[in-house]
Amino acid sequence: MTGIPFLSLAIWVPIVGGLLALATGSDRNASVARFVALFFALAGLAVSIPLYTGFDVSTSAMQFVETYSWIPRFNINYVLGVDGISVLFVLLNSFITVIVVLAGWEVIQEKVAQYMAGFLIMSGLINGIFSALDGVLFYVFFEASLIPLFIIIGVWGGPNRVYAAIKFFLYTLAGSLLMLVALLYLFMESGGSFSILDWHQLKLGMDAQTLLFWAFLASFAVKIPMFPVHTWLPDAHVEAPTGGSIVLAAIGLKLGAYGFLRFSLPIAPDASQAFAPMIITLSLIAVIYIGFVALVQTDMKKLVAYSSISHMGFVTLGFFIFNPLGIEGALVQMISHGFVSGAMFACIGVLYDRMHSRQIADYGGVVNVMPKFAALFMLFSMANSGLPATSGFVGEFMVALGAVQYNFWVGFAAATTLIVGAAYTLWMYKRVVFGAITNHHVSELTDLNNREFVFLAILAVCVLAMGIYPYPVTEVMHASVNDLLKHVSASKL
Amino acid sequence: MTEMQKLYLLVPLAPLFGAIVAGLFGKVVGRAGAHSVTILGVAVSFLASIVIFQDVQAGNVFNGTLYTWATSGSLTLEVGFLIDSLTVMMMLVVTFVSLMVHIYTIGYMSEDPGYQRFFSYISLFTFSMLMLVMSNNFLQLFFGWEAVGLVSYLLIGFWYTRPTAIFANMKAFLVNRVGDFGFLLGIGLVAAFAGTLNYAEVFAKAGELAGMTVPATGWPLITAICIGLFIGAMGKSAQVPLHVWLPDSMEGPTPISALIHAATMVTAGIFMVARMSPLFELSEAALSFVLVIGATTALFMGFLGIVQNDIKRVVAYSTLSQLGYMTVALGVSAYSAAVFHLMTHAFFKALLFLGAGSVIIGMHHDQDMRNMGGLWKYMPITWLTSLLGSLALIGFPFLSGFYSKDMIIEAVKLSHIPGAGYAYFCVIVGVFVTAFYSFRMYFLVFHGEERFGKEVEHHGHEHAHGDHADDHHGDDHDDHAHHGLAPGQKPHESPWVVTLPLVLLAIPSVIVGFFTIEPMLFGGFFDKVIHIGENHGVLKELAEEFHGAYGMAIHGLMTLPFALAMSGVALAWFFYMVAPSIPAAIMRTFKPIHTLLENKYYFDRFNEIVFAGGARLLGRGLWKIGDQAVIDGMVVNGSAKFVGLIAQLSRLFQSGHIYQYAFSMIFGVVILLTFWFNRG
Repeated sequence: MTGIPFLSLAIWVPIVGGLLALATGSDRNASVARFVALFFALAGLAVSIPLYTGFDVSTSAMQFVETYSWIPRFNINYVLGVDGISVLFVLLNSFITVIVVLAGWEVIQEKVAQYMAGFLIMSGLINGIFSALDGVLFYVFFEASLIPLFIIIGVWGGPNRVYAAIKFFLYTLAGSLLMLVALLYLFMESGGSFSILDWHQLKLGMDAQTLLFWAFLASFAVKIPMFPVHTWLPDAHVEAPTGGSIVLAAIGLKLGAYGFLRFSLPIAPDASQAFAPMIITLSLIAVIYIGFVALVQTDMKKLVAYSSISHMGFVTLGFFIFNPLGIEGALVQMISHGFVSGAMFACIGVLYDRMHSRQIADYGGVVNVMPKFAALFMLFSMANSGLPATSGFVGEFMVALGAVQYNFWVGFAAATTLIVGAAYTLWMYKRVVFGAITNHHVSELTDLNNREFVFLAILAVCVLAMGIYPYPVTEVMHASVNDLLKHVSASKL
Repeated sequence: MTEMQKLYLLVPLAPLFGAIVAGLFGKVVGRAGAHSVTILGVAVSFLASIVIFQDVQAGNVFNGTLYTWATSGSLTLEVGFLIDSLTVMMMLVVTFVSLMVHIYTIGYMSEDPGYQRFFSYISLFTFSMLMLVMSNNFLQLFFGWEAVGLVSYLLIGFWYTRPTAIFANMKAFLVNRVGDFGFLLGIGLVAAFAGTLNYAEVFAKAGELAGMTVPATGWPLITAICIGLFIGAMGKSAQVPLHVWLPDSMEGPTPISALIHAATMVTAGIFMVARMSPLFELSEAALSFVLVIGATTALFMGFLGIVQNDIKRVVAYSTLSQLGYMTVALGVSAYSAAVFHLMTHAFFKALLFLGAGSVIIGMHHDQDMRNMGGLWKYMPITWLTSLLGSLALIGFPFLSGFYSKDMIIEAVKLSHIPGAGYAYFCVIVGVFVTAFYSFRMYFLVFHGEERFGKEVEHHGHEHAHGDHADDHHGDDHDDHAHHGLAPGQKPHESPWVVTLPLVLLAIPSVIVGFFTIEPMLFGGFFDKVIHIGENHGVLKELAEEFHGAYGMAIHGLMTLPFALAMSGVALAWFFYMVAPSIPAAIMRTFKPIHTLLENKYYFDRFNEIVFAGGARLLGRGLWKIGDQAVIDGMVVNGSAKFVGLIAQLSRLFQSGHIYQYAFSMIFGVVILLTFWFNRG
């Protein structure tokens, strides 16, 4: 392994790029800001790739570790490192940043520099979340990443953006504060360490574990979001600009799920076991209840937002059935959902840019005028319904198998997504894309331009590649997931 | 990789290559390029299948992994091939029928703007179907299973501006998903308890699995697995009550009705159960379930064929009924008879569909049999081949359908598993019904009064227009005028690209049964593939009675099924040629029954109201009440309002007037002092 600090680069390259983009100032230099943003987004992706190619799949230990002292007085350190669980999310995030920059390219005409800067800075901060191994550092990144998204929704969002932005901010902040208390408690208990890995080894009583579990749950459940704290998500999506929705769905929702694996499960394994039935129940409610709610949505973005919640239900389900298929399937589902939901929101953005409507009823017969778009949107819709040979299938299949292994009825309930998921996605597709042209607005639509085609095609390739050959993705996880499972099954009491 | 293994790989990849070229570069290669490359791909695939067939005949069986798809825990998920006699038979059927359909499509779709897209889809289908049958594990099976479903979805909705087509394709996909739900659970149970998804490894553990029960349910594991898998087959192979999508799938262009919805995809369920015989043999309950479902489908779907007026729908119901026969054969453990019928049916049903398509071309896209009649004069090749197809379908001795259907009937007769009596009744009455509706169609279309070229009100139609930017809204409704023959116009025979496949399919429809029954059923062709339990040896008993294909046909002339088939034909002739007033009178007399059949036993109505309507109602309820009223209304905005209320109240105290602050302080001090002195 070389001495190049790839993780720091993955964090700071986009942030520096964001600041540079910001420095281009007013919209007169908009095109400069765009190219600066694209350059640094690509650079951020480039420095993330060695994390995968240089990754050693045989060990569950943290890799690419960097340690610097930060605030010695409180033993707070700048410690970075990735394992088989987090490395894929750094890659996903760096990749999605490129897509987001492309998706907002000429769509955003006002405050371009600030818009691009927001996304780049957020990208760096999110890479920080996935690689931080110090509790305080994690918390700083975790909270700081809220700010850009809050601003993006609040400034470039739809008409009701302020309500949505504040709902989003308060919802997530309320959860985070409890997490802060938990982090401080762990600092005390561990005798003055903020190292997350130290906390994993910490012996804790059942009461302490229970309180910690709930404190973390409050924070992570909101982010995922789990039923019943999910109602901020549809509002946030509806008001967010396309880029905001892509990042929120592709990455934002993964932060909470990642938190479960990094904090709740290894730090409070006994409490996690004890509360698993509750989490599984909530997950299944998310899968089924939200699936039916998605079915009747009239706004495309809301529909996809609800579908995201339902898919994330599969993730939390996979985590808490405590078998390799479940956890690895859930991780695959998270990556896949990054591509698929990102692509779904991008597709809706493509339509919205032209029609300025997200209402399903305003469309119909889009295929007649946008055949290329229709073909790609079909692929993503099928991936959203979990069709084999798309990435959407892999995680769902693995979690479903794991769930049947855990308990037949849990598997039974989870598998209903096969029907409901297909129903809401294909019904939307049918009403929007198929049929005769319904109105003159639709007849005036133009097909994808080259920029749109390129970023949707890239996503399409990812979706297919991961569906046909997921081995490179699952391979990376084994050692870390097995280690995590060992951790969870060993009692700390 | 050996030469043979390269050949295995070539079989699915050649059509995939064609599909990609025609699909992504359709504009570049043009129409001729698209059909050339796809036909070439399928032809290569067919020829390779023949070579592989000979290799398998020579005793070479292959079971190996292509690549590891994913691993997790102790479970390894792979993509690989299992090439044995069952696989290779399916490969031959699929590639041959697909090749015929590809050639036919040149003529059938010649005027369609979606020409390249269509070729791309049918080649993609061929690839998916081949991956399904060549699989050596459940993962890839599920893969192919859903992939053929996807292509079926795309093809049913091929004319995507037609509301009926895009409704039908969504319905097909969702009903299939209901089946897949059971299928996935079945696979999940296999993975959980066998710890592998590889067929051979699972079968090796079958005995072990048979002793287990599913925790949390108490069900016998093997029965749960088999019923789960069979529910998948019920979706794909359209068994009651998941049959509802197949008649509607006729909204798709006729070539795919022949390929997907008659010859190949719908038989995937039959193939799968035959493949899983080592598991099904261990569960009497599952076999009985299979038997009863199949018997019900065989008979009751046949009844529906009687009242249809759309030529394609008659053939569709006949397909449902024949799939029921195959399922019945599975239920009585006569797996090879089921697969044998699958093969003969693929030929004669593809023939009947393509023949119907040829009639539709001749009739200028009018599908209503009431507007036909006397076509034999104008379309001699279509007429003769359709007659041969119909005779094969009703089981006329010496023709292929006779051998396969008679074997099923005999097998049911010998079986003793619960439900066999009911099944025997269904299949025997089904023979009469099949003959009646088949020859009703035959007489209405090819003989009798020439009813075309008149001003008529009813138009069943399938139009090959549809998908262009210049096809503006509103136009769709008056399209009807273009369809059907104009007054005085005569139908004409179809071009050679259409009639050649008819002839090439007619040949196996006539002879394949005669030549293959002995090797396939009694010659041990499937011995190592299909496993039959001790008490289920109906085919073994039949083998003792079997004295050659010729003797069987001669004997067949004196049996009850033959008599029933002939009386069905005679009745159809009498009703529709001699005294057409009789069916009308019967229809009036038995109005309620006719209404019941006309409404397809109200399955569709029930599903629309209970499932589709119920789901929407539930969704709306959960959304409006759960999300909006309770969570957002009471909890989220409620707490915001509560905070707001506190803020409102506390704001009252910050008035900025010194005297108010002073008064509050004094008031507070007084209260505190009161408590202080009274603290007791």
